Amino acid sequence: MNKLVSSFTAAPLARGAVARVSLAPPVGRLVLRARGDLAALNAALGLTLPTTIGQRAAAAGLEVLCLGPDEWMLHLSPDQVGAVQAACAALMASHPHSLVDVSGREVTLVIDGPRAAELLTIGCARDIEAIPVGQGRRTAFDNVTVILWRDGSAAFRLDVWNSFAPHVAGLLETGCRELAAETA
Amino acid sequence: MLLIHCPYCDETLPEVEFTYAGQAHVVRAADPSSQTDAEWENFLFIRSNPKGPHYERWRHLHGCGRFFNAVRDTVSDRFLTTYKAGAPRPDLSSLQGDRT
Repeated sequence: MNKLVSSFTAAPLARGAVARVSLAPPVGRLVLRARGDLAALNAALGLTLPTTIGQRAAAAGLEVLCLGPDEWMLHLSPDQVGAVQAACAALMASHPHSLVDVSGREVTLVIDGPRAAELLTIGCARDIEAIPVGQGRRTAFDNVTVILWRDGSAAFRLDVWNSFAPHVAGLLETGCRELAAETA
Repeated sequence: MLLIHCPYCDETLPEVEFTYAGQAHVVRAADPSSQTDAEWENFLFIRSNPKGPHYERWRHLHGCGRFFNAVRDTVSDRFLTTYKAGAPRPDLSSLQGDRT
Protein backbone atom coordinates (compact mmCIF):
# COMPACT_ATOMS: atom_id res chain seq x y z
CA MET A 1 0.00 0.00 0.00
CA ASN A 2 1.39 3.40 -0.94
CA LYS A 3 1.91 5.85 1.89
CA LEU A 4 1.02 9.52 1.75
CA VAL A 5 4.11 11.68 1.49
CA SER A 6 2.86 13.64 4.51
CA SER A 7 2.98 10.45 6.58
CA PHE A 8 6.75 10.04 6.06
CA THR A 9 8.57 10.41 9.38
CA ALA A 10 12.21 10.57 10.35
CA ALA A 11 12.03 6.95 11.49
CA PRO A 12 13.06 4.40 8.84
CA LEU A 13 10.34 3.90 6.23
CA ALA A 14 11.51 0.38 5.63
CA ARG A 15 14.11 -1.60 7.45
CA GLY A 16 15.55 -4.98 6.56
CA ALA A 17 18.61 -6.80 7.77
CA VAL A 18 20.60 -5.77 4.70
CA ALA A 19 19.00 -2.53 3.48
CA ARG A 20 17.24 0.41 5.04
CA VAL A 21 15.20 3.29 3.63
CA SER A 22 14.63 6.49 5.58
CA LEU A 23 13.63 10.08 4.97
CA ALA A 24 16.37 12.71 4.95
CA PRO A 25 15.80 15.94 6.88
CA PRO A 26 14.46 18.86 4.82
CA VAL A 27 17.09 20.56 2.69
CA GLY A 28 17.17 23.66 0.53
CA ARG A 29 17.22 22.79 -3.19
CA LEU A 30 18.09 25.11 -6.04
CA VAL A 31 18.27 24.37 -9.75
CA LEU A 32 20.85 26.43 -11.59
CA ARG A 33 20.96 26.82 -15.37
CA ALA A 34 23.86 28.80 -16.83
CA ARG A 35 26.05 28.85 -19.91
CA GLY A 36 29.33 30.40 -20.90
CA ASP A 37 31.85 31.66 -18.38
CA LEU A 38 30.99 30.28 -14.93
CA ALA A 39 33.77 32.09 -13.03
CA ALA A 40 31.46 34.75 -11.56
CA LEU A 41 28.92 32.15 -10.41
CA ASN A 42 31.72 30.03 -8.95
CA ALA A 43 32.87 33.03 -6.94
CA ALA A 44 29.33 33.80 -5.74
CA LEU A 45 28.73 30.18 -4.69
CA GLY A 46 32.19 29.71 -3.19
CA LEU A 47 32.99 26.58 -5.16
CA THR A 48 33.86 25.44 -8.68
CA LEU A 49 30.81 24.14 -10.51
CA PRO A 50 31.65 20.70 -11.94
CA THR A 51 31.28 20.61 -15.72
CA THR A 52 31.24 16.84 -16.23
CA ILE A 53 27.75 15.34 -15.98
CA GLY A 54 27.41 13.34 -12.77
CA GLN A 55 30.26 15.00 -10.90
CA ARG A 56 29.79 16.70 -7.57
CA ALA A 57 31.41 19.52 -5.64
CA ALA A 58 30.87 20.64 -2.07
CA ALA A 59 31.86 23.61 0.06
CA ALA A 60 30.59 25.13 3.30
CA GLY A 61 27.28 23.28 3.53
CA LEU A 62 26.62 23.58 -0.19
CA GLU A 63 26.54 20.48 -2.37
CA VAL A 64 26.37 20.65 -6.17
CA LEU A 65 25.67 17.93 -8.72
CA CYS A 66 26.09 18.52 -12.44
CA LEU A 67 22.91 17.23 -14.15
CA GLY A 68 23.46 18.40 -17.72
CA PRO A 69 25.81 20.52 -19.83
CA ASP A 70 24.25 23.69 -18.39
CA GLU A 71 22.29 22.42 -15.40
CA TRP A 72 23.14 21.89 -11.73
CA MET A 73 21.25 20.80 -8.61
CA LEU A 74 22.32 22.57 -5.41
CA HIS A 75 21.59 21.19 -1.95
CA LEU A 76 22.10 23.51 0.99
CA SER A 77 20.72 24.33 4.40
CA PRO A 78 17.20 25.84 4.10
CA ASP A 79 18.27 29.08 5.82
CA GLN A 80 21.13 29.58 3.33
CA VAL A 81 18.80 29.62 0.32
CA GLY A 82 18.01 33.34 0.52
CA ALA A 83 21.66 34.34 0.77
CA VAL A 84 22.70 32.23 -2.22
CA GLN A 85 19.79 33.53 -4.29
CA ALA A 86 20.76 37.12 -3.43
CA ALA A 87 24.42 36.51 -4.28
CA CYS A 88 23.51 35.06 -7.69
CA ALA A 89 20.80 37.65 -8.40
CA ALA A 90 23.48 40.35 -8.20
CA LEU A 91 25.16 38.71 -11.22
CA MET A 92 22.00 38.53 -13.32
CA ALA A 93 22.86 41.54 -15.50
CA SER A 94 26.42 40.49 -16.31
CA HIS A 95 25.88 36.68 -16.31
CA PRO A 96 22.30 35.79 -17.24
CA HIS A 97 21.25 32.54 -15.59
CA SER A 98 18.30 30.87 -13.92
CA LEU A 99 18.29 29.92 -10.25
CA VAL A 100 15.03 28.40 -9.07
CA ASP A 101 14.13 27.34 -5.56
CA VAL A 102 12.65 23.83 -5.79
CA SER A 103 12.96 22.98 -2.08
CA GLY A 104 9.27 22.12 -1.84
CA ARG A 105 9.24 19.94 -4.93
CA GLU A 106 11.09 16.87 -3.74
CA VAL A 107 11.90 14.70 -0.79
CA THR A 108 15.14 12.80 -0.31
CA LEU A 109 15.14 9.14 0.63
CA VAL A 110 18.30 7.75 2.21
CA ILE A 111 19.06 4.18 1.24
CA ASP A 112 21.83 2.35 3.05
CA GLY A 113 22.84 -1.09 4.23
CA PRO A 114 25.17 -3.72 2.76
CA ARG A 115 22.79 -4.56 -0.11
CA ALA A 116 21.56 -1.02 -0.81
CA ALA A 117 22.90 -1.09 -4.39
CA GLU A 118 21.04 -4.34 -5.04
CA LEU A 119 17.84 -2.86 -3.57
CA LEU A 120 18.01 -0.02 -6.13
CA THR A 121 18.02 -2.48 -9.01
CA ILE A 122 14.32 -3.10 -8.24
CA GLY A 123 13.51 0.07 -10.18
CA CYS A 124 16.68 1.35 -11.78
CA ALA A 125 17.83 -0.10 -15.08
CA ARG A 126 21.28 1.48 -14.83
CA ASP A 127 24.33 -0.40 -13.65
CA ILE A 128 24.39 0.99 -10.10
CA GLU A 129 27.90 -0.32 -9.46
CA ALA A 130 29.18 1.75 -12.40
CA ILE A 131 28.32 5.01 -10.61
CA PRO A 132 31.51 6.02 -8.76
CA VAL A 133 31.26 6.80 -5.05
CA GLY A 134 31.04 10.55 -4.53
CA GLN A 135 29.16 11.17 -7.78
CA GLY A 136 25.49 11.26 -8.70
CA ARG A 137 23.21 10.77 -11.68
CA ARG A 138 19.75 11.76 -12.80
CA THR A 139 18.10 8.56 -13.90
CA ALA A 140 14.77 6.74 -14.00
CA PHE A 141 13.45 4.65 -11.12
CA ASP A 142 10.46 2.64 -12.27
CA ASN A 143 9.89 5.37 -14.94
CA VAL A 144 10.05 8.15 -12.33
CA THR A 145 12.80 10.73 -12.86
CA VAL A 146 14.98 10.70 -9.77
CA ILE A 147 18.38 12.03 -8.79
CA LEU A 148 20.60 9.37 -7.29
CA TRP A 149 23.52 10.52 -5.14
CA ARG A 150 26.10 7.90 -4.25
CA ASP A 151 27.68 8.83 -0.92
CA GLY A 152 29.39 5.51 -0.20
CA SER A 153 29.71 2.03 -1.63
CA ALA A 154 26.46 1.15 0.18
CA ALA A 155 24.98 4.57 0.90
CA PHE A 156 22.71 6.41 -1.51
CA ARG A 157 20.32 9.35 -1.54
CA LEU A 158 17.38 9.44 -3.89
CA ASP A 159 15.64 12.75 -4.68
CA VAL A 160 12.04 12.05 -5.71
CA TRP A 161 9.28 14.49 -6.60
CA ASN A 162 6.62 14.59 -3.88
CA SER A 163 3.85 13.11 -5.99
CA PHE A 164 5.99 10.10 -6.95
CA ALA A 165 7.52 9.56 -3.50
CA PRO A 166 4.75 7.28 -2.12
CA HIS A 167 5.11 4.96 -5.10
CA VAL A 168 8.91 4.88 -4.95
CA ALA A 169 8.95 4.42 -1.17
CA GLY A 170 6.39 1.62 -1.47
CA LEU A 171 8.51 -0.12 -4.07
CA LEU A 172 11.64 0.18 -1.94
CA GLU A 173 9.74 -1.17 1.05
CA THR A 174 8.75 -4.23 -0.96
CA GLY A 175 12.38 -4.63 -2.01
CA CYS A 176 13.57 -4.44 1.59
CA ARG A 177 11.14 -7.19 2.56
CA GLU A 178 12.28 -9.35 -0.38
CA LEU A 179 15.95 -8.94 0.51
CA ALA A 180 15.19 -9.65 4.18
CA ALA A 181 13.31 -12.82 3.24
CA GLU A 182 16.26 -13.96 1.09
CA THR A 183 18.77 -13.49 3.89
CA ALA A 184 16.57 -14.94 6.63
CA MET B 1 16.41 -3.53 -24.12
CA LEU B 2 18.49 -1.20 -26.30
CA LEU B 3 21.63 0.38 -24.92
CA ILE B 4 22.05 3.94 -26.18
CA HIS B 5 25.18 6.06 -25.97
CA CYS B 6 24.41 9.61 -24.83
CA PRO B 7 26.96 11.94 -26.44
CA TYR B 8 26.52 14.50 -23.65
CA CYS B 9 26.82 12.12 -20.68
CA ASP B 10 29.35 10.01 -22.61
CA GLU B 11 27.83 6.84 -21.15
CA THR B 12 25.99 3.92 -22.69
CA LEU B 13 22.68 3.68 -20.88
CA PRO B 14 19.43 1.72 -20.89
CA GLU B 15 16.71 2.67 -23.35
CA VAL B 16 14.18 3.50 -20.57
CA GLU B 17 16.04 6.76 -19.90
CA PHE B 18 15.50 7.93 -23.50
CA THR B 19 12.62 9.01 -25.70
CA TYR B 20 12.41 8.98 -29.48
CA ALA B 21 11.90 12.38 -31.08
CA GLY B 22 11.40 11.81 -34.81
CA GLN B 23 13.52 12.23 -37.91
CA ALA B 24 16.68 14.31 -37.61
CA HIS B 25 18.00 17.08 -39.87
CA VAL B 26 14.57 18.46 -40.75
CA VAL B 27 15.50 22.11 -41.25
CA ARG B 28 13.00 24.95 -41.02
CA ALA B 29 13.37 27.44 -43.86
CA ALA B 30 15.40 30.55 -43.01
CA ASP B 31 12.67 32.75 -44.51
CA PRO B 32 9.36 31.04 -43.60
CA SER B 33 7.17 33.56 -45.46
CA SER B 34 8.81 32.60 -48.77
CA GLN B 35 7.59 28.99 -48.50
CA THR B 36 4.82 27.66 -50.69
CA ASP B 37 2.08 25.41 -49.34
CA ALA B 38 3.78 22.40 -50.91
CA GLU B 39 7.07 23.29 -49.24
CA TRP B 40 5.31 23.68 -45.88
CA GLU B 41 3.61 20.35 -46.34
CA ASN B 42 6.96 18.76 -47.05
CA PHE B 43 8.56 20.40 -43.99
CA LEU B 44 5.75 19.60 -41.58
CA PHE B 45 4.43 16.23 -42.62
CA ILE B 46 6.59 14.35 -45.09
CA ARG B 47 9.11 12.05 -43.48
CA SER B 48 11.37 9.36 -44.86
CA ASN B 49 10.68 5.79 -43.86
CA PRO B 50 13.83 3.94 -44.78
CA LYS B 51 14.54 0.26 -44.41
CA GLY B 52 18.05 0.48 -43.00
CA PRO B 53 20.04 3.35 -41.48
CA HIS B 54 17.82 6.20 -40.32
CA TYR B 55 18.96 9.60 -39.01
CA GLU B 56 16.77 10.36 -36.02
CA ARG B 57 16.53 12.46 -32.87
CA TRP B 58 16.47 11.08 -29.37
CA ARG B 59 16.21 12.78 -26.02
CA HIS B 60 17.95 11.71 -22.82
CA LEU B 61 14.79 12.54 -20.89
CA HIS B 62 15.59 10.87 -17.54
CA GLY B 63 19.18 12.06 -17.54
CA CYS B 64 20.84 15.15 -18.91
CA GLY B 65 17.61 16.12 -20.72
CA ARG B 66 19.43 16.89 -23.96
CA PHE B 67 18.27 16.15 -27.51
CA PHE B 68 20.86 14.44 -29.68
CA ASN B 69 20.98 12.68 -33.04
CA ALA B 70 21.48 9.02 -33.79
CA VAL B 71 21.82 6.74 -36.79
CA ARG B 72 19.81 3.59 -36.18
CA ASP B 73 19.31 0.66 -38.50
CA THR B 74 15.53 0.21 -38.67
CA VAL B 75 15.91 -3.47 -39.57
CA SER B 76 18.23 -4.61 -36.78
CA ASP B 77 17.51 -1.75 -34.30
CA ARG B 78 21.28 -1.39 -34.01
CA PHE B 79 22.58 2.10 -33.25
CA LEU B 80 25.40 2.87 -35.71
CA THR B 81 26.36 6.07 -33.90
CA THR B 82 25.03 8.94 -31.81
CA TYR B 83 26.22 12.55 -32.03
CA LYS B 84 25.44 15.91 -30.49
CA ALA B 85 22.62 18.08 -31.83
CA GLY B 86 23.96 20.56 -34.37
CA ALA B 87 26.85 18.29 -35.41
CA PRO B 88 27.05 17.47 -39.12
CA ARG B 89 25.42 14.33 -40.47
CA PRO B 90 28.03 11.53 -40.21
CA ASP B 91 29.08 9.74 -43.37
CA LEU B 92 27.05 6.56 -43.71
CA SER B 93 29.69 4.50 -45.55
CA SER B 94 32.24 4.96 -42.77
CA LEU B 95 29.66 3.91 -40.17
CA GLN B 96 28.65 0.78 -41.99
CA GLY B 97 32.32 -0.09 -42.46
CA ASP B 98 32.64 -0.21 -38.67
CA ARG B 99 30.01 -2.89 -38.36
CA THR B 100 31.45 -5.94 -36.67
